[in-house]
Amino acid sequence: MSLVNFTTREITCKIVYYGPGRSGKTTNLHYVYGRVPETRRGRMVSLATQTDRTLFFDFLPIDLGQISGFSTRFQLYTVPGQVYYNATRRLVLQGADGVVFVGDSQARQLDENIESLQNLQSNLLEHGVDVRTMPFVMQYNKQDLPRELILTPADLDDALNFRSVPSFPADALHGKGVFETLKSISELVLKKLAAGSPAA
Amino acid sequence: MTSALNPRFSFETFVVGAANRLAVTAGRTVAENPGSAYNPLFIYSGSGLGKTHVLMAIGHAAKTIASQLNIEYLTLDEYVEAFHAAIAAGQGDAFRRRFQNVDVLLVDDVQFLTNRKEMQAELLRLTEALQQSGHQIVLASDRPPAEIADLDERLISRFSGGLVVDMGIPDYETRVAILRRKAEERGSKFQPGVLETVAKVEYPNVRELMGALNRLIAFQAVNDMPINEEAVRKVLGMPSAAGSSAAGAPAAASSTAASPDEFSQFLTDVTVTVGKAVEAWRARVAEAVLRWEGEGYRSGRLQKLLDQEQPAAVDEAIAAYVQDVERLKALEAEVAVLDPQAAGEKVFRDPDHMDEAEAAAAKVRDGAAPPPAPSAAFPFETYVAGPSNEVALNAARDVIAKPGKKYNPLVIVGRSGLGKTHLLNAIGLELARKKNAVVACLSTQAFVDELIAAIDGNRVDWWRARYRRATALLLDDIHLLSGKERTQEELFNLFNQLVDADRQLVFTAPAHPNTLEGLEERIVSRLEGGLVTEIVEPDKELRRSVLERLLRQQHVPMEPALLDYLADRPIDSVRSLTGIVQRVVEAAAAQDAPVSAGLAREVLEGAPPPRRTTGLRTSGIVVSSAGGVRSREKMVWDWPAAGDRVIEDLR
Repeated sequence: MSLVNFTTREITCKIVYYGPGRSGKTTNLHYVYGRVPETRRGRMVSLATQTDRTLFFDFLPIDLGQISGFSTRFQLYTVPGQVYYNATRRLVLQGADGVVFVGDSQARQLDENIESLQNLQSNLLEHGVDVRTMPFVMQYNKQDLPRELILTPADLDDALNFRSVPSFPADALHGKGVFETLKSISELVLKKLAAGSPAA
Repeated sequence: MTSALNPRFSFETFVVGAANRLAVTAGRTVAENPGSAYNPLFIYSGSGLGKTHVLMAIGHAAKTIASQLNIEYLTLDEYVEAFHAAIAAGQGDAFRRRFQNVDVLLVDDVQFLTNRKEMQAELLRLTEALQQSGHQIVLASDRPPAEIADLDERLISRFSGGLVVDMGIPDYETRVAILRRKAEERGSKFQPGVLETVAKVEYPNVRELMGALNRLIAFQAVNDMPINEEAVRKVLGMPSAAGSSAAGAPAAASSTAASPDEFSQFLTDVTVTVGKAVEAWRARVAEAVLRWEGEGYRSGRLQKLLDQEQPAAVDEAIAAYVQDVERLKALEAEVAVLDPQAAGEKVFRDPDHMDEAEAAAAKVRDGAAPPPAPSAAFPFETYVAGPSNEVALNAARDVIAKPGKKYNPLVIVGRSGLGKTHLLNAIGLELARKKNAVVACLSTQAFVDELIAAIDGNRVDWWRARYRRATALLLDDIHLLSGKERTQEELFNLFNQLVDADRQLVFTAPAHPNTLEGLEERIVSRLEGGLVTEIVEPDKELRRSVLERLLRQQHVPMEPALLDYLADRPIDSVRSLTGIVQRVVEAAAAQDAPVSAGLAREVLEGAPPPRRTTGLRTSGIVVSSAGGVRSREKMVWDWPAAGDRVIEDLR
């Protein structure tokens, strides 16, 4: 997808929240949705099962209005975390401008986190995208859980963040770290746009 | 190594308030009287309050007042780096000399002297040297000298011995003035009261004040409506007006109170990032403009791009511009060789008018076409040697072998028709064979005429450049310079330049230079200073050799009697010899008879040609130089009236 369209003077950023099942991707989007003025947001599309698990994907369009003469839109997507929905994940990843990896801070979920990260890498590769060139940040969610259940952001960095991308501890349910994460990935995406955008 | 002075940092762009007035006044005084007012001047203030601005402003102001001043601005780190590099290269002394010759030395960030004993000693030495020679030193630091940890006592006293001034946090009014000026610079307009509200926050330095202004500008760009006071408070995280009295609001910028509006905050941040990203092309263009303007090239074309909303193919436009600049550089370099003065012309600095630059270069190329070359009609091989020209010929050979080294100038003197011109051209031809040779060989008359034409066409510079390029200058009949003062002047200068550069000079003259009239003494002495060699009248042997060559050229059989007869003729120049051979050969052709001694005798003695100098035996007709016939006997002075003539005709 075209990130910056100079002809129609539009900027559209597709940001995908990736991560293992139940790590809090949809919660992130819900929090953002709740903070965006009604006039700025589109309808949040959420295809969920009866138990509120994301079946297909969540989609939240945000209209940031005219910025420097460009009508700027962010499209936030989540992928279904469950292992068996890989085809969907791959589809959602297509054309992503940036990826937020929402990790589950619980110690017992570490393997799922790692597995999901590997899955992200291989899915990106199938689209011919090298994860090293993709704007990428990590969010360690559920940091509000009792200390004994979770790993510290430093531990999680050691275990997951071997590329030393920006990482944020978060409590998506209450909003802590949600906008920091979004802001960080937005900046990375827009900076990549600055560095690599064709002039016309 | 030395940083360039940022043109934006001048006194004119510095907002003066109570907190910095003393520093600015001291800075201006120092700029006006470097080395005599306060030396050293030591300015200190917290970060972001304008130390660097004032330092650079002093540099600009001093340069404006006295453009010849050598002004250097550098940070202490740059100074240290340069010092280490110089020491590593074994150039410590050169380094010291270099800085001691600076008229105004501006050193920033002196606080980094902490724990650098050897640099402290070096700076002490430099400060003393600069003070002694009356050169100005201005230092800036984030703390006063006494508070720079571990600073040598002698340096402290040295610094304190001049003037130590501090710059404080700008007061409210100054902050408003700064905000207004900066907003104006960026072309942003705010509602009344907005900037005043921002100024109420006591930011610890101007940089953070600018940061606040940037956020306002970004915020206003996002929203369609102009930002109001209340929104300012929100954006900057200040307590609302209702919560506290507006005046003297406490410093709240660093307050980490959670913003209730995360989305607005996010939007502001994204706006700034998008602004940078989308406008990246502007940054690239602006960068190119700065760079090439800095190098002295006009950048109108690029600036036009900036005026557009979204120009197509920005990078291609920049690339094309750079390509044009490179072409201009090449043209300028080419022209510089041909005509140094023309190379400085503006036309080589304007990529928007490439055609003019090309035309100018072409003009110079034409103008600087090689000076007149020696004539190919006088090859060295055909120059006939004999005792009468032996010395001159040997000198010529030496000159050809070692141009500019042995006899410089070589002056060949002799009467007309003895072969001076031939020898001159022959030398020229030989010299022209050398690698990269540019041989100027022409008659003095042509030289004078060229200069007159150049003066007429206002192109004396290229005329000079044309001859300065010459690796050898050969002028025939130098006596024709007589009375031509301007040409003598030009030749004098050219002479000196060429001789200094070991370029060969050869002249011919009818007599010894010191006997020539109308030549300036300085020219004569220079001509006499080389080798003056004379060609005398051809001896019989030489005449015979020349005759043989002439007859061979005319395909006349070599008859000894003919040769003897002709060689014995009382001939005083080679030119006359050529003349009689010509006459004999023509007579033979007219009579359809072979050329023989008898025929020659008949032609030459039977009807001796009237000599011009003995023009007395005439029939009374004198041909005047004006071309008319003046003889009362042969002229009809009073023509009959037309009517009379008609009657005559009818009869």
